[in-house]
Amino acid sequence: MSQSQSQSRSPSPSLYNEMYDGERNVRAHYDAFCTWLAETPSDRIAQNRHAADLLFHRVGITFAVYGEASGTERLIPFDIVPHVIPGDQWELLSRGLKQRVQALNRFLHDIYHGQEIVKAGKIPAEQVQHNAQFRREMVGVDVPGGVYAHVAGVDLVRHSDGEYYVLEDNLRTPSGVSYMLENRKMMMRLFPELFANQRIRPVDHYPDLLLETLRGVAQRGADNPVIVLLTPGHYNSAYFEHAFLAQQMGIELVEGADLFVANNTVFMRTTQGPQKVDVIYRRIDDDFLDPLAFRPDSMLGVPGLLSAYRAGRVTLANAIGTGVADDKSMYPYVPEMIRFYLGEEPLLNNVPTYLLRDPADRAYVLEHLQELVVKEAQGSGGYGMLVGPTSTREERERYRQRILDAPERFIAQPTLSLSMVPTFVGDALGDRHVDLRPYVLTGSDIAMVPGGLTRVALREGSLVVNSSQGGGVKDTWVAD
Amino acid sequence: MLSRVASNLYWMSRYVERAENTARVLDVAWRMSLLAKEPRLQDQEWFAPLNITGTLFPFSGRHNIVCAREVLHFMALDPENPSSIYTCARQARENARSVRGSITSEMWEVLNATWLEMQQMDEEKMESRGISAFFDWVKERSHLFRGVTFGTMHRDDAYEFTRLGTHMERADSTARILDVKYHILLPSVKDVGGAVDYYQWSAVLRSVAAFEAYRKVYRDVITPLKLAELLILRDDIPRSLRFCLRQVHDTLGHVQNAQSGETLRRAGQMLSQLQYGRISEIFSAGLHEYLTDFLDSSQQLSTQIQRSFFASAVVE
Repeated sequence: MSQSQSQSRSPSPSLYNEMYDGERNVRAHYDAFCTWLAETPSDRIAQNRHAADLLFHRVGITFAVYGEASGTERLIPFDIVPHVIPGDQWELLSRGLKQRVQALNRFLHDIYHGQEIVKAGKIPAEQVQHNAQFRREMVGVDVPGGVYAHVAGVDLVRHSDGEYYVLEDNLRTPSGVSYMLENRKMMMRLFPELFANQRIRPVDHYPDLLLETLRGVAQRGADNPVIVLLTPGHYNSAYFEHAFLAQQMGIELVEGADLFVANNTVFMRTTQGPQKVDVIYRRIDDDFLDPLAFRPDSMLGVPGLLSAYRAGRVTLANAIGTGVADDKSMYPYVPEMIRFYLGEEPLLNNVPTYLLRDPADRAYVLEHLQELVVKEAQGSGGYGMLVGPTSTREERERYRQRILDAPERFIAQPTLSLSMVPTFVGDALGDRHVDLRPYVLTGSDIAMVPGGLTRVALREGSLVVNSSQGGGVKDTWVAD
Repeated sequence: MLSRVASNLYWMSRYVERAENTARVLDVAWRMSLLAKEPRLQDQEWFAPLNITGTLFPFSGRHNIVCAREVLHFMALDPENPSSIYTCARQARENARSVRGSITSEMWEVLNATWLEMQQMDEEKMESRGISAFFDWVKERSHLFRGVTFGTMHRDDAYEFTRLGTHMERADSTARILDVKYHILLPSVKDVGGAVDYYQWSAVLRSVAAFEAYRKVYRDVITPLKLAELLILRDDIPRSLRFCLRQVHDTLGHVQNAQSGETLRRAGQMLSQLQYGRISEIFSAGLHEYLTDFLDSSQQLSTQIQRSFFASAVVE
């Protein structure tokens, strides 16, 4: 999972609390839950929290942690207090998300074809040319339906002004959706009465929507397309999710060695001989997809895949080269993309962003390091960023040097104060920061399930919600 | 289905079956060791589990003497022993983990929970819980896995390869268990037909859960000839060689492909020898020789299965 951050130390009254308003009164959409919480004996809650841990372990919902002894599997801590979003608010959010992803897909098509947006002067040419994620191999290639980012995960946070902001777009191989589904299953299993008492919109049809999306982007002529999910294998941190989704969709979970290319066509090796593959939902990065085209040392990929793909013999979801659009240095231009391609005003806020390759921005940022968050444009997982307000002078000096060495690699943003949701800490509730990742599916249609993955920073005051750095998860309810 | 997945399923169920059979063999050895006997025979039966599973060699490389505690630990809990129950539980779970998309979540949960519990196990816990209780647990987990497989799995090729693994492993293990009498030599001729002999033969029966079946079928005292007939030639005993080979042959018929003709032929040949064989002929040629041949053929069949179905896959 990639990062999301921001900061502000002591919980101040200006922070937005999803459950309570400024006077510490329960907000209307949390009424039903809070009433339930007050009436439910605390030992039942403690017992069920323990049961949740056991169940997650038994089902094997674990993730591997890089850098720890190989094969280490850990649970992501699950908190039973949901992140509740009122239905009408969700409608606004989902319209904004669809709009954004639609524009990003149009941008990707444009950038690998006429580059009209560059010609129109809306995005500087070097921003595209010098972008390491720009894949020359994709120039002029037509993908089915013009869809590049079939699965997009957009990270949102709510600032102290009560507004949602997009923190980043994940258009490569966004993960986490299995936790969204399992968290819901767990809540319904442990506390069914909560779902009987109020209307919470269901999310469990996500695999159906995903399958529909993938079927919708098969090449013409494949009326019963063979779809597979390509995984790096069971040492990958998201392997559980790959297996889970493949199973839910009833498609084969394949590794690179299960596939081969002959006559520019992709086949899988089966007990009945080779079988043609039409759509690959790949959870492997571009660099590892095809050792002939990208990293020659990749053991995960399929030699010849790129050539079959370019010839239009197989569909990849997501497409190759989507990274150019979710790169942090491209992020500031997304509102412009929406205006340019859709002729609409963006419905979701972007966080103001400084590009450090710009001399004026750079001068400002170096002056204000202590107030800003500085990140690597290519970074993910919350690694390698500077959170100004909590940094030491020494850290800032070291970072300043890194910026001066390669300014184009960095961006900076004001520190956002993530909203908070009460969360169990031991046996008591404490306010903890959250973010939200809804998923947008684009095939012949654009679709979403109402909800997403809520990540919570379990350490008090912390704004780092990444699972690799001690973050937990919550169920996300869109309640009517 | 994917060759790699077929291979993982086949080995997943082989490992589950192997864990169960090891538990059965150890359980019997354990019970026999509790019977009163001459001191010089003490620990004698602890050679049997090692012989049966073909692990005497690796064991003696690391231990000087064969005694109950050592063998139990080596066969049940030793992570270094490639055929210990511990290792089988791990391998079954690892194989399942790489094919989670092709088995039901119930199957996965059984194997995963078994492995989690297995990791908590040590000698002390095994003894405090009771040695036999531990073996019962292993058998129960295996029963549960088979039951869940039977009760939840879609009847497609994945099911067939899972079943194939179970019956290939079971045939192999029944043949090895039967051969045990060759390995536990009776101290002297006068013991033949005596109490020790009786206990040893009934132990063999119990280890394959066929004691009650024997009584029902023969209504007679246990004799080697009848016992061998029961476990080799009967078609209605779920652990007999004939029963297992019929399942293997059926399964291979269901999943056959362009290259699997020879595999099916070999299985058919083994099956017809069992269908039309006579126990008196087997005994006059020598039971041990017969079983050695059978184990060879079964090994060749397994190689043949690998070649015709999993060839292009990475074998775990």
